[in-house]
Amino acid sequence: MLENIRLSFQGLWSHKMRSFLTMLGIIIGIAAIIAIVSTIKGTNEQIKENLIGSGENTVNIRLYQGDNTYEMEYNGIPDGVPVISEETRTKMMDLKHVEGAALYTSRDAYNVIYYKNTGLSGGKIYGVDQNYLNACNYIIRQGRGFTESDFKKFRKVALLDENSSETLFQGEEPVGKTVEIQREPYTVIGIVSKSSKFEPVINSIEDYYTYAENNTGAVYVPDTTWPLLYGYDEPQSLVLKLDSVDNMTVAGKEASAVLNSSLSVTDETMKYKADDLLKQAEDLQKLGQSTNTMLIWIAGISLLVGGIGVMNIMLVSVTERTQEIGLKKAIGARKGKVLGQFLTEAAVLTSLGGLVGVIVGIILAEVISRVTGTLVAISIPAAVLAVVFSMVIGIVFGLLPSYKAANLDPIEALRHE
Amino acid sequence: MILDLQNIYKDYQQDKLVVPVLKDVSLQVEEGEYVAVMGPSGSGKTTLMNIIGCLDRPTSGTYLLAGENVQQCKDREMSDLRLRSIGFVFQSFQLLSRQSALENVALPLSYAGVKKKERRERAVQALERVGLGDRVMFKPTQLSGGQKQRVAIARAMVNNPKILLADEPTGALDSKSGQQIMELFQQLNDEGVTIVMITHDRNIASKAKRIVHIIDGMITEGENSQPGNENTEIMEEENSQPGNNRDDPVVEEGSEEAENE
Repeated sequence: MLENIRLSFQGLWSHKMRSFLTMLGIIIGIAAIIAIVSTIKGTNEQIKENLIGSGENTVNIRLYQGDNTYEMEYNGIPDGVPVISEETRTKMMDLKHVEGAALYTSRDAYNVIYYKNTGLSGGKIYGVDQNYLNACNYIIRQGRGFTESDFKKFRKVALLDENSSETLFQGEEPVGKTVEIQREPYTVIGIVSKSSKFEPVINSIEDYYTYAENNTGAVYVPDTTWPLLYGYDEPQSLVLKLDSVDNMTVAGKEASAVLNSSLSVTDETMKYKADDLLKQAEDLQKLGQSTNTMLIWIAGISLLVGGIGVMNIMLVSVTERTQEIGLKKAIGARKGKVLGQFLTEAAVLTSLGGLVGVIVGIILAEVISRVTGTLVAISIPAAVLAVVFSMVIGIVFGLLPSYKAANLDPIEALRHE
Repeated sequence: MILDLQNIYKDYQQDKLVVPVLKDVSLQVEEGEYVAVMGPSGSGKTTLMNIIGCLDRPTSGTYLLAGENVQQCKDREMSDLRLRSIGFVFQSFQLLSRQSALENVALPLSYAGVKKKERRERAVQALERVGLGDRVMFKPTQLSGGQKQRVAIARAMVNNPKILLADEPTGALDSKSGQQIMELFQQLNDEGVTIVMITHDRNIASKAKRIVHIIDGMITEGENSQPGNENTEIMEEENSQPGNNRDDPVVEEGSEEAENE
């Protein structure tokens, strides 16, 4: 076998130009596939990162009615949905993959928050518990965060995120100022932001909606003061901090199930559901998939053409070496030996082409990444698979020529000039 | 007995015509013999060689090679017979031009499954035996015609075959190189190698201990009694190409057989 491989290299080397041209079809096909796969993988990772935020492993579990979140703003407080107790929150911490759990209530903050005459025309107001800032990876940019006594003493204090502070104060120093929420005066004690900032790429209207609420600003108040604003302790949402992005779906489902078991609603469609960002990411990834699959098919056709080229050249090679084959058979080479020799040669040719193709493909992917600015991720399994696949192409398309060689009649072959 | 051909017939199908090439050929060769099969082109000597060399099967008749019935062999067994029992020497050497003398000679050993180290040793020995111990790494293109044929003979001998089967071994050589090859054959035969040589050249045939004539697919045993004194007379180049092979002057008892045609 090693002998055959050595002979194959010798043979290919002695026809450098021809071997290279034959390999070219395979090289182009494999390079295209590697470049496409790398770009797809890069784009997918980018989508996931954009949507979820790298390193931010939180999942929100909210009350849904049908396919939409239940809006207390318009529908009022629902019957049969109990307030989530501290006990339940602690239970969530025992779920697999969960590192932190926090409760919050939220409402749309349309024209309810003012500083002097400037109002926040969008965004949300959050009544959060003591664990919230931590669980959601917020850090205090300015001022201070909530303290235990803020909650216990029902202090009317508020934290703003960077968007809302920008809108309300427009460059003025916000900490220490008083804002009006639902006509209640709240003292701004600090500015928070996400610890890992990410710049979403908005490509579609769906993307826009996904980010809209994050970008119009948010105001946070202790949940113990919520009844001051809206009269009641309203059913909360739950936010879970997880050990990894990949466990979002699993943990989200489990937590939803726990919450749903406490519901006693008449409307069957009223349910706690996790915002499955991972699934949303996958859905977005799927959008691009059909195009990508088509591209891979096209690259596959180029591989087919390459394979036919290999078959063609192998047939020429067999004809050219008829005498050599005749001699080998005459001095006692069995059919299998001749078959093996030519199959090895075809496989070596295409494997080499595959290897070069992988390298070219990686370079191509890097170039694409530089030019278009998209993320590119090289997949090692894809590269290995590509080389193995090109070897298989060599064997498949080498079969006919090799079979022809093995079955040559030595008498005729020796006479061949 | 090494070779035992009994009543061998060989027909070729040409369109709807059956062309008989060998007609009732019987030939026996003992171990250590040196036999020349002589005949003009078209006489069937190449067909006979193909049958002896296990490259082809007779249409009918029995061929025993060292007691083994070749007629009943499968393709694979024929391959193995060629590998182990026959050493081929061709007119045009048939060396692999990209490989060294050593690699060429070692080729049959690799088919026989001999380990790499032993292959090398035995190939070098074989090359030394034919007087090319100093040329082992040379490529065929770097060798003269005579040397190429020596490499081919070394290759034929390397698996210690039962017979050395040579087809016009001097046909592509000048007379001096040819002479040397014939001396080598003589030397090998003296060492006990059985040789069957096919030629149309009477001068070359005369070096063998026994000459068998083949004309129109039939054998006439011409015991090599005369060549000793004939040698000097028949120095002119034998030319088999002219069309009238049938009246080849070399044939002694051929005229009787020729009426069958």
